[in-house]
Amino acid sequence: MANPATQRIVIEPLTRVEGHGKVTLLLDDRHRVQQARLHIVEFRGFERFIQGRPYWEVPVLVQRLCGICPVSHHLCAAKAIDGIVGVDRLPPTADKMRRLMHYGQIFQSHALHFFYLASPDLLLGFDAPVERRNVVGVIAEHPELALQGVAMRKFGQEIILATAGKKIHGTGAIPGGINKNLSVPERDRLLADLPRMLEWSQKAVALARDYTLGQLERLRDFGSFESNHVGLVRPDGALDLYDGRLRAVDARGGVLVDQVEPGDYLDVIAEEVRPWSYMKFPYLKTLGPADGWYRVGPLARLNVCDSIDTPLAEAARRELFAALGGRPSNVTMAYHWARMVELLHAAEVIERLLGDADLQGEDLVAPAGERRFESVAMLEAPRGTLTHHYRVDENDLVTMANLIVSTTCNNEAMNRAVRRIADDQISGRPEITEALLNQIEIGIRAYDPCLSCATHALGRMPLEVTLVDARGEVLDRRTRPS
Amino acid sequence: MTDGTIPLTVDGRPIEARPGQTILEAAEAAGIYIPRLCWLQGLSPSGSCRVCTVRVNGRPQAACTQPAAPGMVVENDTEELRALRRDLIDMLFVEGNHFCMFCEKSGNCELQALAYRFGITAPKYPFLFPQRELDATHPDLLIDRNRCILCGRCARASRELDGKALFGFTGRGPNRRLAVGAAAGLGATAADAADRAMAACPTGALLAKRVGYAVPVGRRRYDQAPIGSEVARPAGGE
Repeated sequence: MANPATQRIVIEPLTRVEGHGKVTLLLDDRHRVQQARLHIVEFRGFERFIQGRPYWEVPVLVQRLCGICPVSHHLCAAKAIDGIVGVDRLPPTADKMRRLMHYGQIFQSHALHFFYLASPDLLLGFDAPVERRNVVGVIAEHPELALQGVAMRKFGQEIILATAGKKIHGTGAIPGGINKNLSVPERDRLLADLPRMLEWSQKAVALARDYTLGQLERLRDFGSFESNHVGLVRPDGALDLYDGRLRAVDARGGVLVDQVEPGDYLDVIAEEVRPWSYMKFPYLKTLGPADGWYRVGPLARLNVCDSIDTPLAEAARRELFAALGGRPSNVTMAYHWARMVELLHAAEVIERLLGDADLQGEDLVAPAGERRFESVAMLEAPRGTLTHHYRVDENDLVTMANLIVSTTCNNEAMNRAVRRIADDQISGRPEITEALLNQIEIGIRAYDPCLSCATHALGRMPLEVTLVDARGEVLDRRTRPS
Repeated sequence: MTDGTIPLTVDGRPIEARPGQTILEAAEAAGIYIPRLCWLQGLSPSGSCRVCTVRVNGRPQAACTQPAAPGMVVENDTEELRALRRDLIDMLFVEGNHFCMFCEKSGNCELQALAYRFGITAPKYPFLFPQRELDATHPDLLIDRNRCILCGRCARASRELDGKALFGFTGRGPNRRLAVGAAAGLGATAADAADRAMAACPTGALLAKRVGYAVPVGRRRYDQAPIGSEVARPAGGE
């Protein structure tokens, strides 16, 4: 039996994040936090049921694991399947169409997170009454900003429609290329909206900057901790969200690994399973499971890259690090600012691509090369580095799939954020208010987690259930081996 | 009326059949669409799917097998028959594993197109989720039995058009499955990507490998006009 003095607080459902999760806090009789954990309670299993399907189906099938960033899974799978059909270089039209699709996805996803999910905390305050602290409250108090958010998300979705054929779960990327180009009318419709998008993106960067700097004293330590950071960079070290090689830096910016090809990811990354979550815990092998955990996503990407190749976003990147005391930054709440720098970068890349006549080219698919039986691809999804790894047999059927998704990479970081905020904000308080509990959600939201695609191993997971009382004494333990 | 033609009516509309024509063929020639799945122009009819069921002088008949006869009063597009066909389509969906959302035949699939035509947004019967096998042994062709509706079009096309008789059926009732004439699978048969049988499948059960989603959404066969619109013409039209 558990000690009756122990208090268990459950935050469920976790609001304004994508997917379903919950947080449990275990408090002792003096209201000190004994344990704080983020649990992912939904279960996907895609890695298992991709097995046995023909490889050309995979980019369309696998994106169904989520409706939030299906484009990222669609494109990452397509890149991996390019490898299966022996294609290492796409025709320019195909490469640029895919990039346009991807940056459209980054743009709409970042706009959605900032304006719909995070803005209630940022604009209305951590402690605003719960009935106002939501997107409806933002619409009431900042109607112009809310409408900008809606229009920006729509713009990104229109790009996805024009490149993938549908706004959600399209079919554009096919093995070795793309199945359509961008017609001139489609291009001109997007170009008509572009100036506003660039202007609003700059305003969004300013808004995130002013918010962060205005409350820096409070935010600097909020859910913050030192960590490693991982992201993809080009050979010259610049940010590239669609393609690149892996770089990891430590909390001080020291390079841990660099220019790792996607196919070599198993040399540098391993995944740990813990019994209380469906979500695995990836870590850098060089540092081991205890110290090798890392963060991914907007702030981590800016931390690892040396530059951004679009001028407005590069200036914004420099301003961010100048204001936060240099690169890298470990300030968790700076994720919002970094996300808006990337939003601006996406708008600039979209502008550059729309001006490129290659998008109207007719050469859409590279001829198949020598057939391969294993392939790995990586890209930077809105929430961070995404890895797809497949093996395919001689009959064209998938025999193995491993997906390491962004939110999984941030698993340890989100748990640390929960623990840190629980310690700082909850421990020892005689009364636990809803506003205090919201702070834990704010710490998680900084990472824009998408919990729906983060869990998909299938089979008998090793499971250990431990019943612990308030004094830490183990009352009961049951173990089920894998 | 010319000599030798057979007068009948479909939903009150007078049409003429040539001798030897079935109701479905006569209606087709007159621009009247009778929904069907197992029937395919150029193949002998089998009357197995029953989607083309009409009432002939009040009695249910398969329009694809019933020869036209003088004075027949055929009911086709009635609420009762639409409901019957809807239920048949519905049962075909729940009997197999039809995941249109990632099926490469989506937009080109007759089963899906009929479901749209009949307004099926969700099945009313429970899914059976059967265990079905893929056959990927052929270098250029794939059989996905999850999507097979046992219409037999591939079997008839192989026998009647290709002269090969590659396909048949094994099992009975819910265990009935498409079979190929080699224990080692399709790859051990004389199947060829150019066979007419390969194009005869109304669903995504028999596919050319590596085609996938080469045709984008919006440019697929039923993206623009519903199934049947290629047949239907208003009365008196040419």
